[in-house]
Amino acid sequence: MARTLINVPATAKRGEVVEIKALISHPMETGFRTGSDGALIPRDIIHRFACTYNGEEVFSADLFPAITANPFITFTTVAEESGEIALSWTDDQGNTQTETAKITVGQDPVE
Amino acid sequence: MTTATRRDILRAGAALGVLLMVRPARATPVEMRVAIEAFTKGAPVSSGKVDLVLPPLVENGNSVPVTVNVAHWMRPDDHVKAVALFNEKNPQPNVAIFHLSHRAGRATVSTRIRLGDSQKIVAIAQLSDGTFWSDEAEVIVTLPACAES
Amino acid sequence: MTVRRSSLAAAVILLAGTALASDTDRRSGFDFMGPQTQAMQADDTANPGMLSVLDGEDLWNTPAGAANRSCADCHGDAATSMRGVATRYPSYDEKAKAPITLDQRILQCRADRQEAPPLAWESPDLLALSAYVAHQSRGLPVETGADPQLTPFIDQGRELFTQRQGQLDFSCADCHDANWGKRLGGAVIPQAHPTGYPIYRLEWQAMGSLQRRLRNCMAGVRAEPYGFGSPEHTELELFLMTRARGLPLETPGVRP
Repeated sequence: MARTLINVPATAKRGEVVEIKALISHPMETGFRTGSDGALIPRDIIHRFACTYNGEEVFSADLFPAITANPFITFTTVAEESGEIALSWTDDQGNTQTETAKITVGQDPVE
Repeated sequence: MTTATRRDILRAGAALGVLLMVRPARATPVEMRVAIEAFTKGAPVSSGKVDLVLPPLVENGNSVPVTVNVAHWMRPDDHVKAVALFNEKNPQPNVAIFHLSHRAGRATVSTRIRLGDSQKIVAIAQLSDGTFWSDEAEVIVTLPACAES
Repeated sequence: MTVRRSSLAAAVILLAGTALASDTDRRSGFDFMGPQTQAMQADDTANPGMLSVLDGEDLWNTPAGAANRSCADCHGDAATSMRGVATRYPSYDEKAKAPITLDQRILQCRADRQEAPPLAWESPDLLALSAYVAHQSRGLPVETGADPQLTPFIDQGRELFTQRQGQLDFSCADCHDANWGKRLGGAVIPQAHPTGYPIYRLEWQAMGSLQRRLRNCMAGVRAEPYGFGSPEHTELELFLMTRARGLPLETPGVRP
């Protein structure tokens, strides 16, 4: 399992637009570099990222080798109801890693 | 009064011992254009609505912070559907394609990208009505001192 | 497109300004970075070095070696026991009768107390433990060099810092004392205060130690780099940390 660092506000007002930050440890090997033996190092990147909010996808991304090592993505979502925000990263081997965070949404709507 | 021709300017530069870089208006390299057309399916792209934020001078091309803001509301029936980033000088023209639902609330995304050289970056937003909007930025990538050898 | 003109203006000012680093004008390499790189370090949820710190926290609490003992089994909560520790490294080791670095102390503990095989220099695990321990002192001023037993080694480090070497015939001081604030190619020359190590260096796209950075510098002047764990590295690090006294530790620093 790769190390991740995710930031989801623990609480929010209903209707509030909240920022989500996602950082994951990954070399994002481009497939264009050669190793010390002169041979191409095979491509190994996270090519997909997705965020679901209580099971419904609210954001996703297709990533290419031009994304940095240890990819960092920030985006927003509307806090609609309390529940779970799940972030998942899928690499070239087809492995998906998912991290979740709870969000508590207050009853009072945002002004 | 006479207007200086390009040749005059070059000559003046040479006389001053200055290396002048006279760049023709650069056509978007073919590969980037092809990648953009694959994203837009050939639909026209207007400039506007999109704000591509990049540092004008980059300290290391291995990690360049980029933010795209699209000035458009996020209603269920009328919202920003996707934001794509393209570059013209990396080995591949695609950088990332972000897919948004109206539940994103705001069309603002940030990430960090690699740039092999100083170059132009293009951001294109696709709205739910099928229109495409864009912004572009020129970035100067400097080389770090004492790189690993 | 939003152009950040302020950062461009700052770069131009840096081109023009230069001075010798006096005792009263000591500045971290952080101050010489662009606003975007500073922001990357300042936000713990954006700083990739924090991934290594979190790895280090896990390692701290994981039993290792024939003794099946974790760092925490002896030292307890690092937030308390390790607070301030990194501000005093390299420190004098009675057994070695010489200064040792924080990495060397971790390796010593690992061999003697955990009876575990050594971690390789620059291995992710050693960097993570080092980053986790140093992170406990973030914000505290560097205090290295107070022990009088260190004096001859500090002098030796100063010697190395001012000694010309390599095919380019530069000393460390030629750049970092005499020309800090100027540009070497596109990069601003900092004052060489190693206050953020181990750092996440954009050039490496990874964490690395001060020794790795010093080896890059030495390759830059076409000199033969010192080996990892060599006395020269320890003395140079000791001198640099003593010279940085009073500046706050930043681990995990981000540098270009």
